[in-house]
Amino acid sequence: MSGFWIMLTGALVASCCGILGCFLILRRMALVGDAISHSVLPGIVIAFLVSGSRDSFFMLFGAAILGFLTVFLIQLFQQSGVQNDASIGVVFTSLFAAGVLLVSLNAQHVDLDLDCVLYGEIAYVQWNSLVLGGVDLGPKAVWLLGITLFIIVALMTLFYKQFKLCAFDPALAAAIGIPVALFHYVLMGLVSMATVSSFESVGAILVVGLLIVPPATAYLLTDRLGAMIGLSLVIGVISSVGGYYAAAALDASIAGCMVCVAGVMFVLAFLFSPSHGFVVRKLRQRVSAAREAY
Amino acid sequence: MLNLITDPNLQWILLGSMLLGISTGVVGTFAYLRKQSLIGDTLAHAALPGICIAFMLTEVKSVGLFMIGAIVAGMIATVGISWITRYSRIKQDAAMGIVLSVFFGLGIVLLTQIQHSSYGNQSGLDKFLFGQAASMTAKDVYTMTSVAVVLIVVCALLFKEFKLISFDPGYARGLGFSVAMLEQLLLWLVTIAVVVGIQAVGVVLVAALLITPAVSARYWTDRLGVMTVLSGLFGSLSGAIGTWVSAGTAQLPTGPLSVLTATAVFVASVLFGPQRGVIARLVRRRTAKRDWAAENAKQSGAGVGASAKERGVSA
Repeated sequence: MSGFWIMLTGALVASCCGILGCFLILRRMALVGDAISHSVLPGIVIAFLVSGSRDSFFMLFGAAILGFLTVFLIQLFQQSGVQNDASIGVVFTSLFAAGVLLVSLNAQHVDLDLDCVLYGEIAYVQWNSLVLGGVDLGPKAVWLLGITLFIIVALMTLFYKQFKLCAFDPALAAAIGIPVALFHYVLMGLVSMATVSSFESVGAILVVGLLIVPPATAYLLTDRLGAMIGLSLVIGVISSVGGYYAAAALDASIAGCMVCVAGVMFVLAFLFSPSHGFVVRKLRQRVSAAREAY
Repeated sequence: MLNLITDPNLQWILLGSMLLGISTGVVGTFAYLRKQSLIGDTLAHAALPGICIAFMLTEVKSVGLFMIGAIVAGMIATVGISWITRYSRIKQDAAMGIVLSVFFGLGIVLLTQIQHSSYGNQSGLDKFLFGQAASMTAKDVYTMTSVAVVLIVVCALLFKEFKLISFDPGYARGLGFSVAMLEQLLLWLVTIAVVVGIQAVGVVLVAALLITPAVSARYWTDRLGVMTVLSGLFGSLSGAIGTWVSAGTAQLPTGPLSVLTATAVFVASVLFGPQRGVIARLVRRRTAKRDWAAENAKQSGAGVGASAKERGVSA
């Protein structure tokens, strides 16, 4: 049973990240997920200091606020002329530094194991279950991620056209009256929500990896956004199931194995994709060179 | 506070932090201009499998070996990033993200292997990853000095080439420079700076030392030479102030304080930068508005006068 819950959690994280990651890759903001997963630290520490408990609700609340703040600050600096990548980098590193400082300032009162809070372990998902009125309803993480996935899917189906246009041609989108800034914030808000709701239970590295690697793999396989999202979902789910079995076979970290499986699939697509693969391109070059010589 | 400066132990830490700030600041300038600011974060994470493999091969916990492992892993990571961006349509940011997460994932798998097998405890490994500036010794400072000297000399010797590939790689290729090789060399310099920095301030914060001084310097000048010097200066200033504050208070770590100092310099630059700063731009916009209004009033005043005269003539 534990295997089932772990794979289900992994698949849910993969689905949330797979959908959002496609848009991040197209907008060249792939590393936002990484930034958010680091910059939530001060939020977690403050939530802990204020509430005095290690209840995951308060932690989640603090993390979510910092997630939105990160997104907002990145946008603010970008608008005042800082380069995109530099703006992400400055914001998340300084927030993380503030978090580390807060931890060491309160080291006597804070019994907060950083590794434990920041880098959750997917193997423990099933032990933390939601109990309502004495009935065990399954792991908390599954519920949280399920709700997040539902919100993402609902917003994406309602506003698919708008998100698509904003990703490919924001100028045109603005010209025909779509509130581009609003959709940008909604997308970033969703990313922050997905990151925060998954990292506590499955670990930051899995979120960051699944946010980038499956969509990038899908990007090499297709030229249509709809197909890219679909493929990225499939690749994400395969990585989480495959990663679980690989981890069981190797007796290694489950999250690490899931990311590695995704990495292997990326390398395969990079080499052998029928449209954009390395091998196919080289073959095509050789064929056209031969034809020319002929 | 004065006796802090005379404390020999502190002098080493101060010197080390300043040298680190100079080297990351200088190479960070080029990374920033090539839109690779987040390369520091990527390389710092990508070092993990290298450190694990170095430990598994030798079973010795030595900082020198870890650094060699980290540098090798970082170099492989930079080659991976270059290949992905060159041979597919994936952009730089996504390529960095892929390398970061896959390498770090691999590192975690190796780490659990080390934990589960008979290598003994691996506590030294994560200590290396999270960094301890306060435990810097004279030997570390020697390493940092030599690294800083090498980085600065190489950057000074190849300044023209690096400048060209930062601004116009197409033109550099046209002139016959081996752009791919120069790009790779630059990335390797960044790798060395990052790996030395990890040891002092840890994985996440070394990224900041690479980005923040360079972005701040960009606000004060439009010349690359000045920007490089300024960036190195900001970097070493942040390191020095971070060390000083952390020595003055009992329990504050040096790394985060240096990063927050660098951030303060950055915010000041964004606000007060002479040309691109927020305040300068506001002032410029206001003067332009006032000039325009004055011009308009003059013109419309002249226009009214002229038309009245015309009317008078016709009447």
